[in-house]
Amino acid sequence: MPDNDIMQLDNVSKRFGSVQALSNVSLTLRAGEVLALVGENGAGKSTLTRIIEGVFPPDGGGLLLDGQPVAFSGPRDGHAAGVRVIHQEPEIIPHVSVAENIYPGALPHRGGLFLDRKTLYARAGEMLKLFGMERELAPQQHCVGLGPAQRQMIEVMRAVHAGGRIIAFDEPTSSLTGEESQRLFEVIHRLRGEGVSIIYISHRLREIIDIADRIAVLRDGRLIDIEPVAEASEESIARKMVGRDLTEMFPERTPPTERCVLSVRGMSTEHVSDISFELHAGEVLGIGGLVGAGRSELAKGVFGFHARRAGTVEVDGKAIPSGRPGDAILAGLGFAPEDRKEEALLLLRSILDNATLCIPDRVSRFGLFDRRKATEIVDGIAERLSIKAPSLNTPVSHLSGGNQQKVVLARWLARAPKALILDEPTRGIDVGTKSEIYRLIADLARNGLGVIVISSEMPELLGLSDRILVMAGGRLTAELTGDEMNENAILKAAMSAERGAHPPDEEVRTA
Amino acid sequence: MSAHAETPRTRAGARLADLVERVGIHNASLILALIALLVLFGILRGDVFFSSRNILNIGMGVAILGVLAISQTAVIVSGGLDISVGAIVGLTTVSTAMAIDATGWAAAGPLAGVAIGAAAGLFNGLVITYGRVNAIIVTLGTMAIFRGIAFIISNGQSISIFNDTFRLLGVGRFLGLPAPIWVLIGVAVVFYVFLHKSIVGRNIYAIGGNPVVARLSGMDIKRYRVGMYVLSGMVAGIGGILLAARTGSGQPISGSEGLELEAITAAFLGGCAMQGGKGTVIGALLGVAIIGILNNGMILTGVPTFYQMLAKGSLLILAVLLAEYRLNRS
Repeated sequence: MPDNDIMQLDNVSKRFGSVQALSNVSLTLRAGEVLALVGENGAGKSTLTRIIEGVFPPDGGGLLLDGQPVAFSGPRDGHAAGVRVIHQEPEIIPHVSVAENIYPGALPHRGGLFLDRKTLYARAGEMLKLFGMERELAPQQHCVGLGPAQRQMIEVMRAVHAGGRIIAFDEPTSSLTGEESQRLFEVIHRLRGEGVSIIYISHRLREIIDIADRIAVLRDGRLIDIEPVAEASEESIARKMVGRDLTEMFPERTPPTERCVLSVRGMSTEHVSDISFELHAGEVLGIGGLVGAGRSELAKGVFGFHARRAGTVEVDGKAIPSGRPGDAILAGLGFAPEDRKEEALLLLRSILDNATLCIPDRVSRFGLFDRRKATEIVDGIAERLSIKAPSLNTPVSHLSGGNQQKVVLARWLARAPKALILDEPTRGIDVGTKSEIYRLIADLARNGLGVIVISSEMPELLGLSDRILVMAGGRLTAELTGDEMNENAILKAAMSAERGAHPPDEEVRTA
Repeated sequence: MSAHAETPRTRAGARLADLVERVGIHNASLILALIALLVLFGILRGDVFFSSRNILNIGMGVAILGVLAISQTAVIVSGGLDISVGAIVGLTTVSTAMAIDATGWAAAGPLAGVAIGAAAGLFNGLVITYGRVNAIIVTLGTMAIFRGIAFIISNGQSISIFNDTFRLLGVGRFLGLPAPIWVLIGVAVVFYVFLHKSIVGRNIYAIGGNPVVARLSGMDIKRYRVGMYVLSGMVAGIGGILLAARTGSGQPISGSEGLELEAITAAFLGGCAMQGGKGTVIGALLGVAIIGILNNGMILTGVPTFYQMLAKGSLLILAVLLAEYRLNRS
């Protein structure tokens, strides 16, 4: 074993329920090297870093640290072994000084009781100088109100002083400006020079080619390739990331009509800016982009769940007010959110209750719930969707992910909207049910429904859509039609987030 | 769910499991607790405890608590909590008495009681919903405010009611049952249909169970929430009317103090969850029965008042602990 190997992953596998998050991944982390980790959403990058950090153990295979097998029983073990992960949203204690945030749990003290502020500030001052932050941050300054770059740097300092030998960065530049990114790269170079092993996760391929020594590509939990950066190009990496064959999963489609069923003009919310597009009857409009690009937020803005700051939304020529999903539904819009369990389903309630949630008028008489009428309506739809359950009274928490998603779809089929937004309609669903849902979408479009499909899966977007919009940084960055619709074009537009394209940084509120 | 966990071997076992399933595992355990209490007090003071006089006493004692527990259940199901109900009862006894005193008209009492209760509930609902303040904090504050108003308008005095028609609501009988018990039955039936059979009731469960899902399904959550507090205030007004009719007076504090504690205890005993979305009218009534029998039994067996308070407080905490435990298991 070469002596600059720090950690080896030997056939590491990890399974979550029905999803194989990682299968038989073997790779070596070397001292003084930047290893880039790339892959589509859900390819297994985060799972990999969590296993290295010790958040959860692998199901199969093992880790070797300095040639010795190790089993971390929690992140504490990982930290003790010198593994640190800098997350996208760094953990900072807001109402405490910068110095205390750099040295949590390792504060210098006098007589075992009193915090030795003088020593603490002096040490923190040196650390800040080392990282070129001395002009920007003072040791005694409180952390509330610090920007993402400053928070991140504090976390890096914390990792370094704690003896970090392996430091993983998860999408570190996603909320940094160009200058801030440059400074981070300098820090990473210096750490590499000092023999730290760096794992660098990013969707920005150009950045990766600039900074990494080797590139590891993950796809569907497998390590597809690992190669020196000198041999890679943006195109070759992108190809390896998505390279799946489009099988017979996708049904025949009929061409869309000219009739506009949904028109969004100049819409801005807290999360997205200046969104304009039209959806036609019979059309499947794909929306692509990376996680955090604002796709779900676009849907929630259109549907009125998030209040609009500007712009108009019209369903079938009728303007719908901001902040009132009820009015959007009445006008003929439907929305199946990405997070089925948190945003779509009442888990403890039955299939019948869940499927009839949006058609109160059709399942009531004199304001009372009419179980017979409801059963009649839902029975037919459940058969059409082949929902597998003991009865319509089964709580949806007892159903598989695929059947749960069918209940959500049943709700909207019952409502019969004119336009339907599906956010990640096949996430966590097995292949068989996936193709059923694809066929249903094609079917609905053939009957004149306008469908928006938000998806992180390239084959799904390409296989279903008549047209694809791509988002980055809360804005639409491309509209692709015909031959322009291919993986590279989507990836390129998704990664083209220009600086300043971000929506205003504000606290996220859910009301 | 949990009733499915084991397959009973024998036929009798199967029949029992079937029964439990239909009643609900939770209600079945409440009925068991109720039987245990009956046996306990039967053994200790069976002679007095099972007399028809005492049973009617218990019924009268829990009538007001019963209506409050039912509306509290509805509020908790919707994801809220109303700890100002006891104070609203006090305020409405006073306003009921004053209305009758001023007009000499029997119907003026109930009208004033329900209207004042609704107004108090509306205030709660608006501050909680549009001010986005925690319901517990708001109703803790209004509990003091409503008490204060009751003292101010009554000058701290008890106001006597000299109207026999009105007093029938408290002391009259119909088919052998005292009027307050009929009122409780009426409120229970109305809320049973409202919560368990109506579309609005289904929506209230949805809103309490998961407000995001409810909003994305087109429900106007804020209107529902305000509505629930208005309802809670109105029912507290009914409680105030019953109390005024029974005692023949309007009292700012006597008779209504601590009702919120018992009502909330009954609601949680009855199967409500802190997070909302769960709870039934039947469960609330069983919870009320347990509290009523416990109160009555403690008096009969001579448990000192101070220890009764200890028992009531412990019961609330026990009920919430049980609710949390159930939630974590499901």
